[in-house]
Amino acid sequence: MSLIDLANPTRFLALTARVLPWLAGATAILLLIGLYQSAMAPDDYQQGATVKIMFIHVPNAWLSMFVWGIMSVASLGTLVWRHPLADVAAKTAAPIGAAFTFLALVTGSLWGRPMWGTYWEWDARLTSVLILFLMYLGLIALWRAVEDPSRAARAAAVLTLVGAINIPIIKFSVDWWNTLHQPASVIRMGGPTLDNAFLIPLLVMAIAFSLLFITLHLAAMRNEILRRRVRSLQMMQANQKAA
Amino acid sequence: MTALSALIRRDIRIALRVGGGALIGVLFFLTVTVLMPFAVGPDLALLTRLGPAILWLGALLASLLTLDRLFMADHEDGSLDLIVMSRTPLELACAAKALAHWLAAGLPLIVATPVLGLLLNLDGTATLAVALTLLAGTPALTFTGMIGAALAVTLHRGGLLLAVLVLPLSIPVLIFGVAASQAAITGPLSFGTPFSILCALSLVSFVVGPFAAAASLRHGLD
Repeated sequence: MSLIDLANPTRFLALTARVLPWLAGATAILLLIGLYQSAMAPDDYQQGATVKIMFIHVPNAWLSMFVWGIMSVASLGTLVWRHPLADVAAKTAAPIGAAFTFLALVTGSLWGRPMWGTYWEWDARLTSVLILFLMYLGLIALWRAVEDPSRAARAAAVLTLVGAINIPIIKFSVDWWNTLHQPASVIRMGGPTLDNAFLIPLLVMAIAFSLLFITLHLAAMRNEILRRRVRSLQMMQANQKAA
Repeated sequence: MTALSALIRRDIRIALRVGGGALIGVLFFLTVTVLMPFAVGPDLALLTRLGPAILWLGALLASLLTLDRLFMADHEDGSLDLIVMSRTPLELACAAKALAHWLAAGLPLIVATPVLGLLLNLDGTATLAVALTLLAGTPALTFTGMIGAALAVTLHRGGLLLAVLVLPLSIPVLIFGVAASQAAITGPLSFGTPFSILCALSLVSFVVGPFAAAASLRHGLD
């Protein structure tokens, strides 16, 4: 079984129909374990109970960038290998990625309220995630601007790859801009000094959210394939009526 | 080489003639700059402080507005298909078109900057700094914007979609352009650091822009 075998949409549908229930079950179990561990995690000595927002916030932020990576690989599949399902994968990943990015922003701002005293701070990370969110929305707008899916796919693939080159540049410039305009006043947890009591639930939640993304993505791809079939059937029917 | 220089000369000539619309960008730049004091008040000290930012925003929007002319007119009269099919590599042709567009629509913005600087109460060094950063930064705006223009022309959509796609990509140029101007006026940073990063951004866009635009034209036109 290789990627080429999955080029046949019918075979893809059959395979995912068998895999999806297991994936959904694994996601649910891991999410339950992760949420339980997060709830049982001790309070931070400075941040109190609000530190638990991290267990939702950080996996969302990771996935917001990971999904763009997935879309970039799928875009290469569209432009270079002409894999027939690549544009389905790229198209359906965009709204899911936008949702993860939005959740990262919302949880970040909810976390910011007790920590920094304000819902929105022009902090470097928040700002660059906001720009990432805008780019997701632009990409979705591009997908929705054109009726013909294969035409939209090639345009969106070019934009996704340009975005993949630009996102690190934007991140770097925002960091630079932020240190220039605003001295570091933000208290944050030191990354590598994270205690195991926090690290283990965080990792479990990260795996659970990644599985959640895979599940949602496969389900969305199935929907998109079926939607395209319905559309072409409707067009055939309309042609028959016209003839 | 002759094909490319012919393309550049042709594009500049078309842009400057009646119906070309390159100089409308300058008029738009002027209008936006004149609008700003109405929004923030005629306080000269405040305008001095905001001046570089206002000029950069105005130039950014002006160069964005003229972008959809880059491929649209050629697509309408069919010459874009000839360019795509010709023996000159499409990447080089795209770069030549962007260069011509920058010469016709981007350079006039920089020439207009000293006059607009007077309106915003900027002194000599500040105006010079803004003009210099615009000279280094607007090529990046044109060359990254070209990607959006190529996408828009293959999709037969323009206007707002183009703006939504291109504006996030121009954030780094805006950041370093304004930072370099501010550094030249008030410090504390040296002018050289952000200015060289701005030049680097322009150089990167020279590489990425033509390839992405050519890819989208090649895959998108039919």
